[in-house]
Amino acid sequence: MSNDIENILEIDNLFVEYRTQDGIVKALNGLDIEIKKGTTLGLVGETGAGKTTTGLAILGLIPDPPGVIVDGTIKLNGEYLREKTERQMEKIRGKHVSMIFQDPMTSLNPVIRVEDQIAEVIENHNEVNKQEAKILARKMLEQVGISKNRGKDYPHQFSGGMKQRVVIAIALACNPDLLIADEPTTALDVTIQAQVLEIMKELKMRRNLSMLLITHDLGIVAEICDMVSIIYAGRIVEHGTLVDIFDYTRHPYTKGLFNSLPNMKDRTAKLKPIRGLMPDPNNLPSGCIFCSRCDYAMPICSSVYPDYYNINGHVVACHLYNPENIKEEVLFYGQ
Amino acid sequence: MVNKPPLLEVNRLKKFFKTPKGLLHAVDDVSFKIEKGKTFGIVGESGCGKSTLGRTILRLLDPTSGQVFFEGKNITDLNALEMRHMRREMQIIFQDPFSSLNPRMTVSQTIEEPLKLHNIFKDKHERQKKVATLMDTVGLARRLFNSYPHELDGGRRQRIGIARALSLNPKFIVCDEPVSALDVSIQAQILNLMNELQSELDLTYIFITHDLSVVYHFSDEIAVMYLGQIIEKAHADDLFARPLHPYTKALLSAIPIPSIHNRVERIIMKGEIFSPINPEPVCRFADRCSYVMEACRKSEPVLKTLESQHQVACFLYDDNGETTKIIGE
Repeated sequence: MSNDIENILEIDNLFVEYRTQDGIVKALNGLDIEIKKGTTLGLVGETGAGKTTTGLAILGLIPDPPGVIVDGTIKLNGEYLREKTERQMEKIRGKHVSMIFQDPMTSLNPVIRVEDQIAEVIENHNEVNKQEAKILARKMLEQVGISKNRGKDYPHQFSGGMKQRVVIAIALACNPDLLIADEPTTALDVTIQAQVLEIMKELKMRRNLSMLLITHDLGIVAEICDMVSIIYAGRIVEHGTLVDIFDYTRHPYTKGLFNSLPNMKDRTAKLKPIRGLMPDPNNLPSGCIFCSRCDYAMPICSSVYPDYYNINGHVVACHLYNPENIKEEVLFYGQ
Repeated sequence: MVNKPPLLEVNRLKKFFKTPKGLLHAVDDVSFKIEKGKTFGIVGESGCGKSTLGRTILRLLDPTSGQVFFEGKNITDLNALEMRHMRREMQIIFQDPFSSLNPRMTVSQTIEEPLKLHNIFKDKHERQKKVATLMDTVGLARRLFNSYPHELDGGRRQRIGIARALSLNPKFIVCDEPVSALDVSIQAQILNLMNELQSELDLTYIFITHDLSVVYHFSDEIAVMYLGQIIEKAHADDLFARPLHPYTKALLSAIPIPSIHNRVERIIMKGEIFSPINPEPVCRFADRCSYVMEACRKSEPVLKTLESQHQVACFLYDDNGETTKIIGE
């Protein structure tokens, strides 16, 4: 029970499917996630790994149909979200958990002034009148580095980076317990991305924010996260601290992700991509899902899904780390 | 003839667009040369004119002024028919493998199209043999011969784009953000493929991207663009080891590095890129620059060549490359 106090978010064994005419797409296949209060977890994976589905599942926004949560629990601040009615969820979204989406251009209403868009959230969730909400909204704008005089402007009068800041202001307007940021800087240029990341870091410090940062960019993870979970085909394959993941990489998939990145120290070093493709979520193989792309695959990998092996909090789902195969681990480390 | 002409030479190229608000200077007086077999990287943020530059070089857009020389021949004077012949030598790979392929054409039809248009082979049979070889070259399984683009993932689609560009045996390819839409593991596969093809076929690339780590990995020489102009140009190693222009410095420091060691202090730039419509003849970066001086707002800095072919357009450096003002480093 003590976990309730420590962890802002606990997702346990979550299964989500999209039941389409072409078959069942298994988006999440037993996902486990934990975020401690006041920390940021980076959820890292490639297109189609289930990152965004995870975010939507927490908010109860999986489009149904075709999406179905088949099994598992989602616990936010000690409360089981899957037991809530739609009414109750409306109260929770925005107030207790909010989400920033990738594309700021489409997240804002083009015909409403930005301060009114921020005020709307504040008014919905707090006992304030319109005027008070507007004042709070302008304060929020200043917190994300936009002059409050610009509150009367419409979204099209802002650049991409500023729009994303407005979205952040809306998401944080009610002091949520958890912020889900889904690729918040992917649509932005690097220098603007740097500005937005700086603001997010500052807000994180100042407000002791708990955050789930969904991204494919390990550079951003190194910058802003405390913990990292690597997701592959709807399951976490490795989880640990920044040091665990970056300096003591264990899972062959995580290793492959790092090897695919251009080396900034040696320009001519050949890239070592992961061979093949992520399996079709319509038709997942038995055994380890990464098996067909893995350079370390053993006979057992194609038939049995690996357990999670936990070594001082650094968790990895790979047969190489079965204590019985520990010799292989030494080999693997030697790289 | 002691010196062979460079494969491509761009001389004072300009491309302006008329807009209701005035002239938009998308490419504004850009010059550079590329030697055969080399890769010339062009980096910059959205709206800096890098894609327009690539397209103007291939005359997919006609330049407002300036010349492009391909193997010493001025291609800006060529008429439509001559240009069409020229395009056998110069091809392009586009960013988005989802919208640059015709959804109603199969893989083989797409790759075959340029061969058909240019009447390279006498009959269909020979053409299809060539298509099959091209598919092997770019690593597309032959069973995909009759597949449609929607059946394939981004990486495979980009391979189709590459095969199509290679079909006429070009000497020169403009690669416009060829891996930006791909996941890192797939991106690495495509970059490796492009590297191999370059050495096998002696290709010359222009590599346009916003991703600095990719351009560093891939290019021999790199030009940094800001609002239609090249503001710094140097050998890749030189540029990353010793960036001179304040914009380049800020740009390089903004790359999120996937390591938890040796984190660099980040230079956060003020403001954002301003409008390229009717720009004043002053330094276009002045408003965002932390080293801005009086001179910057009086005239436009020109590209100066310093030692080891490092070029920079900034008043902080005099003709000998000495800094006229101490930059806090």
